[in-house]
Amino acid sequence: MKLVLNVNGTDRALELEDRTSLLDALRDGVGLKGTHAGCEHGVCGTCTVLLDGEAVRSCLMLAAQAEGHAVTTIEGVTPGPGELSIVQDSFVETHGMQCGYCTPGMVLTAVALLRDNPTPTRDEIVEAISGNLCRCTGYGQIVEAIALAAERLRRSNTP
Amino acid sequence: MKPAPFEYIRAESVLQAQEWLAADPEARVIAGGQTLMPMLAMRLVRPTRVIDIAGIAGLDTIAVGADHVTLGAMVRQVAVERSAAVAQALPLLSKAIRFVGHPPTRRRGTIGGSVANADPAAEIALVAVTQGAEVLTTADAFAARDYFLAPMTTALPAGAMVTGLRFPRVAAARRGTGFAEVAMRQGDYAMAAAACELVLGAGGEVASLRLGIGGATPVPVLLDLAAPTREAIAAALAPLEMMHDPNAGAGYRRRAALALAMQALDEAQREVMA
Repeated sequence: MKLVLNVNGTDRALELEDRTSLLDALRDGVGLKGTHAGCEHGVCGTCTVLLDGEAVRSCLMLAAQAEGHAVTTIEGVTPGPGELSIVQDSFVETHGMQCGYCTPGMVLTAVALLRDNPTPTRDEIVEAISGNLCRCTGYGQIVEAIALAAERLRRSNTP
Repeated sequence: MKPAPFEYIRAESVLQAQEWLAADPEARVIAGGQTLMPMLAMRLVRPTRVIDIAGIAGLDTIAVGADHVTLGAMVRQVAVERSAAVAQALPLLSKAIRFVGHPPTRRRGTIGGSVANADPAAEIALVAVTQGAEVLTTADAFAARDYFLAPMTTALPAGAMVTGLRFPRVAAARRGTGFAEVAMRQGDYAMAAAACELVLGAGGEVASLRLGIGGATPVPVLLDLAAPTREAIAAALAPLEMMHDPNAGAGYRRRAALALAMQALDEAQREVMA
């Protein structure tokens, strides 16, 4: 089928099989490999993207279901080429990653949380990332990274 | 982990979806896809056509009436979670919804999808059975306790589609609710869950006590209780068939169901006293 996906603010015309997931459309159709494929059945959360600003699993959506919505991938959260957003930089600062496989999903989940809740408690951060697995078990620093990002965002003028 | 090929089509009305379903017994409805997509990926289902009902106007309405609360099939779980009207009119559903998957799956998952697929671990199905809700379909309305037949199996006739859930509304005064669940991690499939609604009469006597068990049993079960006691709950659980898997055997699930039922009852009692 032919469809148009709005990805990181740009309309992309694609020709895909009807059964193509949003995840595969982003990686293989649009060519953005920052969205990682993990379990591909909704358990691990590494394929998380933002749909109209809210975190969703791109493996649990057909590409066709995303038509008419704004999709944001990890490539879309940086302020510019070679730069990191405040949330991304906080993950670097606290070493909120080890192998990095879960990181795009964790960062986007954090972006969605902090958009709705600028002052999350530790429990709220833990609940927000409860659907994202880190096989390195580096959760401690990921939670720290999100808390640090929240603090920095509160003091910052730029989102 | 790729689905077998199928044709994707968008229905513009319930009538159109119904016609397509009637024309092709191998067609499936997709709402939020949070249950269907994993089943497609694992090829547990191989439909010929997948009919998207997300664009049908009016299926995503939450209607709070004097005697009933009606939720359309396309009402997203996150909409229930964020609804002050649901928190006030259906506090048990509000409590249970936080156990349904994770925030990103609740953003997509729907009330109707959860009910239509009838996963035994589904919290929304458990609340529907516990509260005596009705499952509204294009064919007929079913009492929730008659609708769930077996894991992933319902009384929905071929060619029909779930259009919503209708809950009886209970007056807020002297009402307490409780929900408790055990899973491998918060939001995972429940190994056992319990939901309780306790209503007291004007004199403080128990006017109605509804206690349901899900996750442990093949379908949610409303317990037939002689009294609000541990012994009565254990007796009601004793004849029930329990599911079992390598993580949680039938004996464990029966003990967990009893402990969770006591927790849910305790929460409801404390709430009604407050």
